[in-house]
Amino acid sequence: MTDLHWRSATELAGLLANGEVSAVEIAQALIERADEVDGQLHAYLHRTDERLLEDARASDERRASGQTRSRFDGVPTAHKDLFVTKGVPTTSGSRILEGWLPTYDGTLVKRSAQAGLPLQGKLNMDEFAMGSSTENSGYGPSRNPWNTKSVPGGSSGGSSALVAAGGTPWSWGTDTGGSVRQPASLCGLVGVKPTYGLVSRFGVVAFASSLDQPGPLTRTVTDAAAFLQIAGGHDPMDSTSIPQAVPDYLGSISGGIEGMRIGIVTEIEEAEGTQPGVKTRVGEAYRRLEKLGAELVEVSLPSFEFGISAYYLVAPAECSSNLARYDAVRYGLRVEGPDVVSMTSRTRDEGFGDEVKRRIMLGTYALSAGYYDAYYGKAQRVRTLTIRDLERVFTDVDLIATPTSPSTAFELGAKTADPLSMYLNDVFTVPVNLAGNAAISVPCGTSPDDELPVGLQLIAKALDETTMFRAAYAFEQDLGWAGSEEGRPSL
Amino acid sequence: MSTTKEDLFETTCGLEIHVELATASKMFCGCKVDFGGEPNTRTCPVCLGLPGSLPVANEKAVEYTMKIGLALNCKIAEYSLFHRKNYFYPDMPKDYQISQYDLPLCYAGHVDIAGDWGTTTVGITRVHLEEDTGKSIHVGGSGRIHDSAYSLEDFNRAGTPLVEIVSEPDIHSVAEARAFVSELRILLDSLGVSDVRMEEGSLRVDANISVRRRGETEYGTKVEVKNMNSVRSVGRALEYEELRQREAIEAGEQLVQETRHFDERTGTTSSGRTKEGSSDYRYFPEPDLVPFEPSAEWVDRVQSTLGETPTDRRARFATEYGLGAKDIEVLTATSATADWFETAAKAYGGDAKKVANWIMADLYGLLNEASIELTESKIAPDQLAGLVKLVDGKSISGKQAKSVLAEMFSSGKDADAVAKEKGLEQISDTGALEGIVDEVISEHAEAAAKVRAGNLGTIGFLVGQVMKKTRGQANPGLVNDLLRRKLT
Ligand SMILES: [Zn+2]
Repeated sequence: MTDLHWRSATELAGLLANGEVSAVEIAQALIERADEVDGQLHAYLHRTDERLLEDARASDERRASGQTRSRFDGVPTAHKDLFVTKGVPTTSGSRILEGWLPTYDGTLVKRSAQAGLPLQGKLNMDEFAMGSSTENSGYGPSRNPWNTKSVPGGSSGGSSALVAAGGTPWSWGTDTGGSVRQPASLCGLVGVKPTYGLVSRFGVVAFASSLDQPGPLTRTVTDAAAFLQIAGGHDPMDSTSIPQAVPDYLGSISGGIEGMRIGIVTEIEEAEGTQPGVKTRVGEAYRRLEKLGAELVEVSLPSFEFGISAYYLVAPAECSSNLARYDAVRYGLRVEGPDVVSMTSRTRDEGFGDEVKRRIMLGTYALSAGYYDAYYGKAQRVRTLTIRDLERVFTDVDLIATPTSPSTAFELGAKTADPLSMYLNDVFTVPVNLAGNAAISVPCGTSPDDELPVGLQLIAKALDETTMFRAAYAFEQDLGWAGSEEGRPSL
Repeated sequence: MSTTKEDLFETTCGLEIHVELATASKMFCGCKVDFGGEPNTRTCPVCLGLPGSLPVANEKAVEYTMKIGLALNCKIAEYSLFHRKNYFYPDMPKDYQISQYDLPLCYAGHVDIAGDWGTTTVGITRVHLEEDTGKSIHVGGSGRIHDSAYSLEDFNRAGTPLVEIVSEPDIHSVAEARAFVSELRILLDSLGVSDVRMEEGSLRVDANISVRRRGETEYGTKVEVKNMNSVRSVGRALEYEELRQREAIEAGEQLVQETRHFDERTGTTSSGRTKEGSSDYRYFPEPDLVPFEPSAEWVDRVQSTLGETPTDRRARFATEYGLGAKDIEVLTATSATADWFETAAKAYGGDAKKVANWIMADLYGLLNEASIELTESKIAPDQLAGLVKLVDGKSISGKQAKSVLAEMFSSGKDADAVAKEKGLEQISDTGALEGIVDEVISEHAEAAAKVRAGNLGTIGFLVGQVMKKTRGQANPGLVNDLLRRKLT
């Protein structure tokens, strides 16, 4: 079967069910695809081809004996490299974890395996998920399949590059300030930031614990909903996990959006710095939603302008503490020194990249005695305001629509010298992490400026992924871009 | 009358006590809580701080902490949080400790301590819950980290639930400090929440101590003394430190606010290196855990499990058994000891003071010689009661009973069995003795006549003759009675 690699997970599941293709054939097709494109993309940090074929063979055997683990048994996946995977290198994009072979599987890795998903490998990312381009990876950047001079977004950029290039139907990333939605937007994919606590963080190498949330990157809305269904739901190993099961998103996904009220945020529409081409496509998307029967409502989020500032205090503060454990005592890189203090500081000096060091310093400062109230304390108050703002808006609307990112994919190196302009990539996505709500990025075509993909963000109430998927699906189906020739990079 | 140092100086001291809880599993993971074992065998991704691992709070540990707080008359917070205390140390797996900061689980309590000086009420500032670190063994050099060749890390202890009890600076003498630690130890033991094995580090004490001239309004310079692992070392360390500070003040020296380590071997405190920078632990709420809000029902339930407090038990030992202060102190030192005594007293059924005397005067001598605890001895409480009954029934003499006890102590046999084996059982059969007594009276008519004439002093001679004839087996009391009956 040709073009197997361009099939969605749902399509592959159908082909497997009908016996038109075997799991091993799918695995082989994806290995070939990786051989073909990864030299240009550098999406992978670690390929597990052998295990992939082994898993696929086991899946075929299960299917032959009528013992499939799920509908998707035999549909492969590759994880962002911060999902702790037993016996498979897990670096979180950092040199400091080079050589660490985990002794346990995280919940998400476990649940993917329990669903029968063969493992393709581990994907590139900005070091410890800090970045919007993968240029902060300790192992070199990934590239955007739509234009290999450009970044695939980040931090889950290895995932977005591979899914967009047909290297895998789906991949798990994590979203701390936009790290799933922004790369999805820049690569023309669907990316979901589920409600905080919906997907377990057990076995996710931590960046900022109160913001981190795993989310799927896929080529279709249906696949995203299905993937969330596989891995979401309560996990007793994560105290912040919401104690309830994941609802059946697929059952209501085609319900349409007739009568839905969708908020358009004045402060976001008036924000400076959004590319004209992005504005054009997102504006068209709003009108498409209207055409599909939704009512557009103008809403105000006064806390919006403080989001980035609050985020860049909370996230570094938490990361400064989360990353303390990389002290060369128990695992990962060790640079010897005359005493334990110099061993630890030399290791951290060599093992961490500049952006990670910058954030550790920022966070250490923000938590210091005498500064705590002025920085971390105030950021937490902004967070409370953001939550209240969104709660207030959601008493009136079902969803909020915004651009996902103010720009399309930028060229490698374009923003590395200016961290602040890099941080502004997350301006529309960060408030959602601060508040803990659910959000999705869906493609709305390519920008007239540079022919690169543009994403529409739909923000939902906490735990209202059902409404979010319904609207995203209606939009995707009406646009007809996903899955079409036009919706694929020419790589 | 001469002026003492106590008249010239005033000591102010507050204590911080760390107690390892005896829960089945660790604070934030399922690993077993235990002592010893092969290094790094009771570990998992969570207590090793592996990337991606997350803590889940042990509810039993929360409950034990509430139990301690309630026993110390604390209020239980309606809303409490874990914080992260950030600092680097090789035996701390995450390089931060999950602890509590401004919202401890228990606060504003008090406990009474009594001694020669009377009774003092010591305020309890807070009782909070945290996790223990691993253990470092520094090889080479002085045994401290900075000049060692290398260090070995054992994470078996890492993540053990640890309760910190902080007192108000209400302690004004070394004796009070000792009494406070000792009282807490008894209390924790009676609650069954900790092994309180100080020598194994399950109870560790730090002190903040300052001295000033009496009458001064400003407190003296506060010094933190660390590394006190027994009631005795608390006494030694604080005596040393109190004296050092008094002498410095007398000599007009400026004391330094610092942390000093107590050295068990020399009995002195020495200045640690001034703390790595100033200790800014960058506390912030632990984002991996959710706040906890103990319900009123839960608190009530824990309150109802507290049982008799050591204070109440001591009072009861005085009223119910008529014991004196010294006996009570020894017999209530641990709840196991007190239980042992009560079981023996009940089995005996008579005057419990007699049982107490046997424990205090004789059994403790044997225990100390063997350096074991009362509860570890081979003698069961009802066996001791049996021994006291034998003495009561005049089957053996008090002196013989001591040697019977020694044998019971080494063999674990019952008192009458030992007495029989040793041939110690006295002839207490009146019929059997009567013949011998009659024999002696006729053999020593002169002495018998003296007694009849009212010279009771001579009766001892006749008793001696009976004892001689029975090779000491006769019950002397009974012989005495028989002679009196026949001659007077
Ligand atoms: Zn453990």
